[in-house]
Amino acid sequence: MGIETLVKELEAKARKLRREALFVMKEMGIGWLGGSFSSADVVTALVFYRMRHDPHNPQWPERDRLIISKGHSCEIVYAALAEAGYFPREELKTYSHPGARLQTHVNTRTPGIDYSGGSLGLGLSFAVGSAAGAYVHATDANLTAPTRRYPAKYRVYCVVGDGECNEGQVWEAAANGAHYRLDNLTAIIDHNHFQSTGMVEKKMNMLSLAEKFRSFGWEVREIDGNKMSDVVATLDWALTVQGKPQAIIAQTVKGKGIPTYENTNCHFVKITDELIKIGQEALKD
Amino acid sequence: MKTPYLRAKRDIAENLYAAHNRALVALARRDPRIVSSYGDYPPGEVGEVFGKEFPDRIIDVGIAEGHLVTSAAGLAGAGLIPFTHCHGIFGVGRAYNQIRQNIAYDQRNAKIVLCNCGVTWGGLGPSHQVVEDIAALRAIPKLTILSPSDAVSCEKATYAAAAHTGPVILRLPSTGDAYPTLYTTDLEYQIGKAVCVREGRDVTILVTGILVADALTVAEELEQTGVSVRVLDMQTIKPLDEAAVLAGARETGALVTVEDGTILGGLGGAVAEITAEQCPVVIRRVGVKDRFGNSGTSVQVKADCEITPPFVRRAVEEVLKAKTQHAK
Repeated sequence: MGIETLVKELEAKARKLRREALFVMKEMGIGWLGGSFSSADVVTALVFYRMRHDPHNPQWPERDRLIISKGHSCEIVYAALAEAGYFPREELKTYSHPGARLQTHVNTRTPGIDYSGGSLGLGLSFAVGSAAGAYVHATDANLTAPTRRYPAKYRVYCVVGDGECNEGQVWEAAANGAHYRLDNLTAIIDHNHFQSTGMVEKKMNMLSLAEKFRSFGWEVREIDGNKMSDVVATLDWALTVQGKPQAIIAQTVKGKGIPTYENTNCHFVKITDELIKIGQEALKD
Repeated sequence: MKTPYLRAKRDIAENLYAAHNRALVALARRDPRIVSSYGDYPPGEVGEVFGKEFPDRIIDVGIAEGHLVTSAAGLAGAGLIPFTHCHGIFGVGRAYNQIRQNIAYDQRNAKIVLCNCGVTWGGLGPSHQVVEDIAALRAIPKLTILSPSDAVSCEKATYAAAAHTGPVILRLPSTGDAYPTLYTTDLEYQIGKAVCVREGRDVTILVTGILVADALTVAEELEQTGVSVRVLDMQTIKPLDEAAVLAGARETGALVTVEDGTILGGLGGAVAEITAEQCPVVIRRVGVKDRFGNSGTSVQVKADCEITPPFVRRAVEEVLKAKTQHAK
């Protein structure tokens, strides 16, 4: 498949998943619209292009891991996993029900989810442990050695929110990931510039996330995280990096896909019939 | 009456970490999934002995307890079985949310070894003592908490933790001290079971960790005065052996709890909760009152916190008196 066709297909998939995610949100009547939609293109490219995984064998030991550290952006992930075949589409209607597998933050009860999110700032640490574990399994841990004889058994992808980068533990994990030269670890920072109640730059300005990750010893690329061709190319690039973890600073738009909500503080919004209507119209093929 | 696997004398003492490390190395030899992780703090010989034999299976994350615990969950997610060593207070205090969210909630097969638990480690003072480890951690759902009382039970607890699929907290005492070896190696160790180290009719002492030896001393003294004291070594804090607690309450009618941490929500709190609902009897809780510790040797700190044998004996005498008054 040519790259242009691939990108077009993934773009269509991302639109479909956004539409599906709206229905997931409708189940609770309120949804993490902003963060789900800003990260939708990254999630789509990971699940339907870059990651090695098997929806029929969610616990396959050598699967690539998907760690959604910004665990609230769950609707888009549930939509993606249903579409990939991890569970029936009908199960999306159980979202937020007590006892359901689809809880209101990503949760390991759900097939395809490797990490329960919700408490921010922890996912990258989990990803570091999982990535280090892949090398320990390869019997050549020697985690700080400049070269390794064996490739890791799998890769770990961690989607991190820009707001949660306020949390100190993100930087403990950043230091440790580089110290252990975890080249099988890719962090994608969903830099949508909004956190729960306002702009990240006004809450606590972290200045350049790219410079920070670079100074911790990561290979860094800054991209348009809502441009599928960029996302695909950068995920490909990450595979080529040796001896360092990679940080992809994905500049994204909060609420991307529904123009009236884009770049507004639509972190957790009421899902009305009107919004569904506008959304389906904006996201139609 | 003594239990069959109790040593006749308490004449030898061993550091619990030596026993723990012995078990850990033996486990690692037969199971490649066992790894050791810690944050700049390998207790005892973990760094030297384990690290020398298994350099590829040791992970030191520096001084970063939150990251230490969450990354241990990640190691478990990779199919490994991490034994993650951490100062008690920094595990409970700085990584509480990580233990709750990443270890317990997700039921990771990770073993968090909390070192220097309780107040008795006075070498580094109140900042490094933890009085609230039992109280804080037993409130977390689906977490197994083991609290061995000597080297033998510690070694067996380490094996039991590895054999148990799921999250385990191993609560260990001061790294610097040796404690009397209570048990023979015949000890039948079972998660969730208290060990009756002394049978008795008049009163039951429920004790956990390194204070079991002191409780036995008190029981032996009281025997001379005609008081028959049952002593239960509560080796598992969670799930607590409710049957043993209730049997003690029903059969002896008076309880004393003894611990080296806070009585507020600690072992004393747990026993009081169970008996208040199911078999109310007179009870006294010996442990750290609502206060922090102090610097000092373990002997000095125990006296300062009023958890030495004389305080245990006084509590026993109080419940016996109260029991008699109730009977009237």
